[in-house]
Amino acid sequence: MTRKPVDIGVPDRLYMVTGGRSEADNSLDLVTLIVSECEPTAGMQSEHTRILDLCRHPTALVEVSAELKLPITVVRILLGDLIDMGKVSARHPRAAGSVAALPETALLQEVLHGLRNL
Amino acid sequence: MGSATSEVPSQRTPLADAAEIGLKIVVVGGFGVGKTTLVRSVSEIRPLNTEEVMTQAGQGVDETAGVERKTTTTVAFDFGRISLNERMVLYLFGAPGQERFWFLWDRLFSGTLGAVVLVDTRRMADSWYAIDRLEHHKTPFVVAVNRFDDDPSRFSLDEIRQALALGDHVPMVDADARVRSSGKDVLITLVDHLYTQALSREGTQ
Repeated sequence: MTRKPVDIGVPDRLYMVTGGRSEADNSLDLVTLIVSECEPTAGMQSEHTRILDLCRHPTALVEVSAELKLPITVVRILLGDLIDMGKVSARHPRAAGSVAALPETALLQEVLHGLRNL
Repeated sequence: MGSATSEVPSQRTPLADAAEIGLKIVVVGGFGVGKTTLVRSVSEIRPLNTEEVMTQAGQGVDETAGVERKTTTTVAFDFGRISLNERMVLYLFGAPGQERFWFLWDRLFSGTLGAVVLVDTRRMADSWYAIDRLEHHKTPFVVAVNRFDDDPSRFSLDEIRQALALGDHVPMVDADARVRSSGKDVLITLVDHLYTQALSREGTQ
């Protein structure tokens, strides 16, 4: 596994970060909140180390992407690996997927309340 | 372990540990209309930037018409963040209105609460495509008219509604994207609209 830093937009290098894969875990939304479940360990892939550092507090997938300067798809792959290994957990947004299942008006009322208090 | 925290930027403001619900609102508009300005005025963090890469493999031929031999397309966008309470955090995305962006809409913005179309009256045609695409994706939206100081026309909202062929059900609001309270009003107008829609849906069930 490569541990070189990568440039954005050079696909060859992006494939190296992800071990050659391009299929991302699409269940991870841009605003899925990621939380580390462990400390980074020596010898870990450098991107994994950075994610575990970053997600000591809940951090949205899109923020991980911005901080690591890696495209969304690449971050989805990296996070999918970390979730499979149990090193991070994901708090999925209620609004994604099962829109019909959520008490929509209650959710929107909470959003309105939050915005008015800004 | 000595270097464990060295790569985390120290100025980053973390979310509350109880944060569990991420929500999305998208601000769409043409280049230079003030999307980033609006995001910045209401965001609790300095807007961040990221991108998504679309590879040609597996995409329909028509989607990349006119960009022959190009193997990847990159779409960059800004975003900001508003912590609504301990549990809920709203992410606000400034999305470019150009054509290639819409191929990535589902991948990036499915499940979004709704959208704000930010309009510059000097370049109203830029908004037509965005409005058409949002209707196509069945994404509820409001139209915010960013009033620039040097706008000589001062079209009324009714005139703009006609020019954009907007139905009466789409809320419109005047805005100054630089002003926090104005940006906040735009978001409240959108969520109020979503709430009203949700109420009438629940009423018919």
